[in-house]
Amino acid sequence: MIEVKDVVMAFGDKTVLNHVSTAFDRGKTNLVIGRSGSGKTVLLKSIVGLVQVTSGEIWYDGALFNKMDFAGQKEIRKQIGMIFQGSALFDSLNVQQNVMFPLDMFTTMSTNEKLERVNFCLCRVSLENVNQLMPAELSGGMKKRVAIARAIAMNPKYLLCDEPNSGLDPQTSIIIDNLIKEITEEYDITTIINTHDMNSVLEIGEKITFIYEGRIEWEGTKDEILNSQNQYVDNFVFASGMGKKIKNMMV
Amino acid sequence: MRFLYHFGKYYQLVGKSFSKPEKVSIYYRRALKEIELLGINSLGIVALISVFIGAVITMQTAYNIENPFIPDYLIGLTARDTMLLEFSTTMIALILAGKVGSSISSEIGTMRVTEQIDALEIMGVNSASYLILPKIIANVFFFPLLAILSMVIGVFGGWLACILLDVISPEDYITGIRYAFIPYYIYYSCVKMVFYAFIISTVPAYHGYYVEGGSLEVGKASTRSVVYCSILILSVDVVLTQLLLS
Ligand SMILES: Nc1ncnc2c1ncn2[C@@H]1O[C@H](COP(=O)(O)OP(=O)(O)OP(=O)(O)O)[C@@H](O)[C@H]1O
Ligand SMILES: [Mg+2]
Repeated sequence: MIEVKDVVMAFGDKTVLNHVSTAFDRGKTNLVIGRSGSGKTVLLKSIVGLVQVTSGEIWYDGALFNKMDFAGQKEIRKQIGMIFQGSALFDSLNVQQNVMFPLDMFTTMSTNEKLERVNFCLCRVSLENVNQLMPAELSGGMKKRVAIARAIAMNPKYLLCDEPNSGLDPQTSIIIDNLIKEITEEYDITTIINTHDMNSVLEIGEKITFIYEGRIEWEGTKDEILNSQNQYVDNFVFASGMGKKIKNMMV
Repeated sequence: MRFLYHFGKYYQLVGKSFSKPEKVSIYYRRALKEIELLGINSLGIVALISVFIGAVITMQTAYNIENPFIPDYLIGLTARDTMLLEFSTTMIALILAGKVGSSISSEIGTMRVTEQIDALEIMGVNSASYLILPKIIANVFFFPLLAILSMVIGVFGGWLACILLDVISPEDYITGIRYAFIPYYIYYSCVKMVFYAFIISTVPAYHGYYVEGGSLEVGKASTRSVVYCSILILSVDVVLTQLLLS
């Protein structure tokens, strides 16, 4: 479980996260949604310590993360798999080397064992026969899937995904969403997914945190979000003209 | 004030890159790779520049001391010592600052803006040491060799000028380059080159590592790092020459 307690994050005099407190449970797909620029990425980066929070606490299963020294944070980070908004594959390494990278760095597995693990992870994200391709030769969706494979290579306890399906077609998006949900349940991982894709929300939103201008405006499940009684949530969920019609029909 | 701020940050980054590697075998392999990318790939340009500079120095020296009281072989000697003392190190270092330095800062800068450095950090890898240390090792090890190579080729270039352009007789030139040879000059050059190698690996790495923004900023950082490298190389040159030769 990851807990965020009263986190404030300010860049200069611009407050991006405004007293955010919430908890993300293990074995569940926790979604963080909100409009572009609402602070989702900043929240995720503060959770993993890529940006230092101005005040507040981040807890990983009872360990206070943001007050730890570098060595302590490193131990926790080894258990985190993260998928960045832009995939962040190492572009000097091919697909196989990318996925193998954490194994090379932190395990004493033999080359064969590593290769087996890499192929298993790539297979898990339905990628085969791409081992030798460079990231520049992959489509956006394939990059995302390689990034997922790399994130799960070490069997992480925490999986953090920043818009895992932005820029993907609806079908591939759903495949990736379900993949993350499956992995979460199978390995009992604490998963946080940033998204602004309503399809994902309705498909895998077991717990949804809605952020509006840096504060948590609403929390609930995918079944509750359609009639949340919250103006901001409604504006987000039923943003399109079609959405508004559906809303009116529901009422 | 700004200088102190940057110097402090630079110092911290260099300190961080010298921390204990996660896995020595990986760093070893990366250092070899960097020697290939940064060092071996510079052999061609170093050789080319050295041969021309050697030839030009010989021609210019001959042109400037047309005096019957000065023996011709002193031209060879002057060309050799100019090559050894200054051109094979400082000149080559300035060229390498442009070639190697800009490639280091754009490589690391691109990794910064595409979040690859963040990805390393999240995995628990010390990104500074993983990215920068192998480059420092590769350059510090290989640049002195490049300097020695440049000396040899430069002196050879002077000889070519004698043969092809009839500047002085090749015999006089050979006598000159063998006359009053001081081996300490080679040592002095290698020491200088080690300092230059350190500057050319860490200063661009610093500029790349702290890029903010996009590809435009990466380009700017790379230009800036070449300028700073050049200034630093020339200042270090003055200091080391004073310390080692006077
Ligand atoms: N390093 C930074 N310095 C200053 N301001 C920043 C920085 N990073 C983010 N911000 C600001 O924080 C706000 C939230 O950004 P964030 O990237 O979290 O948005 P987001 O919700 O992830 O949006 P998107 O859905 O477009 O990815 C933005 O207004 C942005 O300008
Ligand atoms: Mg974002």
